[in-house]
Amino acid sequence: MEVTTSERLRDFYEEFIYKPGLVAWSDWRTRIGFLIALVYVLMGTVGVMFYRLPNSNQSPRSVRPFQTLEAPLGTTGSGVDVLAMIIHATPPMLLMILSGGLFATTFAVVVGTVAGYKGGSVDRGLTTFADIAMSVPGLPLIMVLAIVFNPTNPALIGILITVNYWAGLARAIRSQILTLREESYVEASRTMGVSTMRILIKDIIPNIMPYVLVNFANAARYVVFASVGLYYLGILPTSVRNWGIQLDQAYRNAGALTGAGTLYQLVFPMLAIMLIALALILLAQGMDRVFNPRVRTRMAGESKSADSDDGDDVSVTEVLN
Amino acid sequence: MNSFYIKRTARSVLTLWLVITMTFGMIRLLPGGPLVRLRAQLTRQGVDPSEIDGIIESYQNLRPDQPLYVQYYDYVTSLLLGDMGQSFRYGEPVAVIVGDALPWTVFVMVTATVLMYALGVLWGAIMAYKEGSTFDSVSSALSILGSTVPFYVFAIVLVIVFGFQLGWLPTRGRTGVGIQDPYTVAFAVDVLRHAILPIMSIIVTQVGLQALAMRGNSIQLLGEDYVRVARLRGLADSRIATRYVARNAILPMYTGFLTLIGFNIGGSVILEEVFTYPGIGYYMFKALEARDYPLIMGVFLVITSVLVVALFVADLTYSKIDPRVQSGDSSEAY
Repeated sequence: MEVTTSERLRDFYEEFIYKPGLVAWSDWRTRIGFLIALVYVLMGTVGVMFYRLPNSNQSPRSVRPFQTLEAPLGTTGSGVDVLAMIIHATPPMLLMILSGGLFATTFAVVVGTVAGYKGGSVDRGLTTFADIAMSVPGLPLIMVLAIVFNPTNPALIGILITVNYWAGLARAIRSQILTLREESYVEASRTMGVSTMRILIKDIIPNIMPYVLVNFANAARYVVFASVGLYYLGILPTSVRNWGIQLDQAYRNAGALTGAGTLYQLVFPMLAIMLIALALILLAQGMDRVFNPRVRTRMAGESKSADSDDGDDVSVTEVLN
Repeated sequence: MNSFYIKRTARSVLTLWLVITMTFGMIRLLPGGPLVRLRAQLTRQGVDPSEIDGIIESYQNLRPDQPLYVQYYDYVTSLLLGDMGQSFRYGEPVAVIVGDALPWTVFVMVTATVLMYALGVLWGAIMAYKEGSTFDSVSSALSILGSTVPFYVFAIVLVIVFGFQLGWLPTRGRTGVGIQDPYTVAFAVDVLRHAILPIMSIIVTQVGLQALAMRGNSIQLLGEDYVRVARLRGLADSRIATRYVARNAILPMYTGFLTLIGFNIGGSVILEEVFTYPGIGYYMFKALEARDYPLIMGVFLVITSVLVVALFVADLTYSKIDPRVQSGDSSEAY
C-alpha cells in the first residue's frame, strides 16, 4: 500500500482542485466572479510592471477621463495619473486579502474543529474564547490596534483586520463538526485508535472545506471594505497605496462633492472597490450553491426552480456589508 | 436552565473585564504607547517635569509612580465609578462627551437596523414566494449589487447628491443651528432631516444580504412537510405565510439582528465622520486623529459594552422565542 509523493499529490489535485473547480465553473456566478478576480490578479502582478508609478506632475493637471491615452482615467489636481494610482494600489490589497483571509479561515478551522471534535472542557474553553472575541466590536478594535502598532506591512494589516473576524466562523464550523463527529466512518477511525490529529485532518476537515472556501471569500470582502475604510479615515499610514486614500483625497481636496466636475476622481476608485467586492460575492454565492449538497441534489433534477437558490447561510453578522 | 443564565452572565462580565484589562495594558505597558507619548508631549510643551505625573494622573486615572497592581486597581475602580479620564483634545471628562453623544448614535443605528431588518424580511419573503420569477431574479441581482458597496462609500455618494448637488438635506451636524427647543415639531423634523442620510446608507447597503438570507430560509421552509400539510388542510395562504413560514424563517435571523445593531454602532466611526454627525463614532475618529487616548479608550469601552449587552440580550431572549433551543454542552468528550 505504498504511495509515492507524486501519486499522492495527483490524488490531492484531483480531489481538491480539479473536481471542485469543474463543479464551480459550471455555475455562471463563480465563472464571472473568477474572471473579475483574475483581472485584479493580472493588474496586481503584470499590470504594475508595465504601467508607470503614480507621481505628481507626471501629466498635465486635472485632465478629464477618456481624453488622452497618456492618462486614460484622467489626472488629479496635482497631475497624478488616476489609473496608475488604481493599478499600483492593487498588489498591497491582494496581499491584505490573502493574509487576512488565510489567517481568519485557518484560525477558525483550527479552533472550530478542535472545539467541536474534542468536546468537554476543551470545547468549553475554546468556545468561551471565541465568544469573547466575537463580542469585541471589530472596527473600533482594529482602529485602536492600528494606531498603537502603526502597521505598514500589508500582510500584517490583513491579519490585524481579521483579528476577531475568525470567531463567528469558528462557531459556525464547530456546530457543523458536532454532527460530523458522530458519523460512522469517524467512529470507525476512533475505535481503530487513530490519533485525533489524523482524524481531524483526514476525516473531518475535508468535509468542511467547501464551507471554508465560501467563507474565505466573505472574509476577503470584509478585508477590502475594512482596509479601504481605515485608509479613507487616514488611520493607517499612507505609505501603502490604497483606493481608500484616493477616495479621501478626492472627497477632501478635489472638491468632488461641491460639483467642481472632479467626480471622476471619486468614481474610479469606487468602481475598483465595487468590482472586487462583486467578484468575491459572486464567488461565495456560486461556490455555496455548487458545494451545498441540498442545492446539488436539486440541480440533479427533481426541482424545476433549480437555478434560483442562493443557499441559506448568507452571513447575517457582517460588519461592513 | 438557571445555570445557563448564570454562565451567560459570567461570560459577559468576563468579556468586559478582559477588554478593560486590555485597554489598561495598551495604555500602560506598550513601549511608545500613549503614556510615553503624553509625557514627551508635555515635556515638549515645557511643562515642569515635577508636575507631569500629576497631569497624567488627572487625564488617565493613573499614578505612574505606584506599582502596577495599584495602578490597575485604580483604573478599574474609577471605570466602575464611571470615570473614564479626561480628553486631551476637548479638555472635558470623557464620560461627559460620551454621555452627550451616545444617544444620537444609538438613535441613528437602531432606527437604521430595525428598518433595514423589516424591509429585508418583507423583501426576502416576497422573493421566496415568487421564486423563479423575473421579480425574484431582478431582486437577487439588486441585493448582490447593493452589497458590493461599502456603506461609507454609499454615504459619500449620498452626501454629494442630496447634500451638495441637490441641496435638499443638511450634510453635517445632528441639528440645525438655532434650533434649540426640543419637544417641538420643528425640532423633530430637523433631527430627522439630519439623520435620514446616515440611515439610508445603512439600509441600502445592508438590506440585500438580509433579504437573501430571509429568502433562503423561507424557500427551505416552504418545502417542509408541515407547510405542505397546512396547504392540504386548506388553510388560507396568508395564514400559512405569516404563521407557518414567516415566524420560522425570521427565527434564525433574530440573533443576527441584535448583533448587527452592535456592529453598526462600531461602524459609526466611519459613517459619522462622513456625515460630520457628532455621535460617539465621530468623537472616536476625532480622538484617533489627535491620538487622544483617554477618549479613544473610553469610546472603545462604551461600544464594546453596547455589543456585549446586545449579545447578552440576544442569547437570553432567544430561548424564550424558540423553545426548541436547548442550551447545553456537547455530549461526550473524545
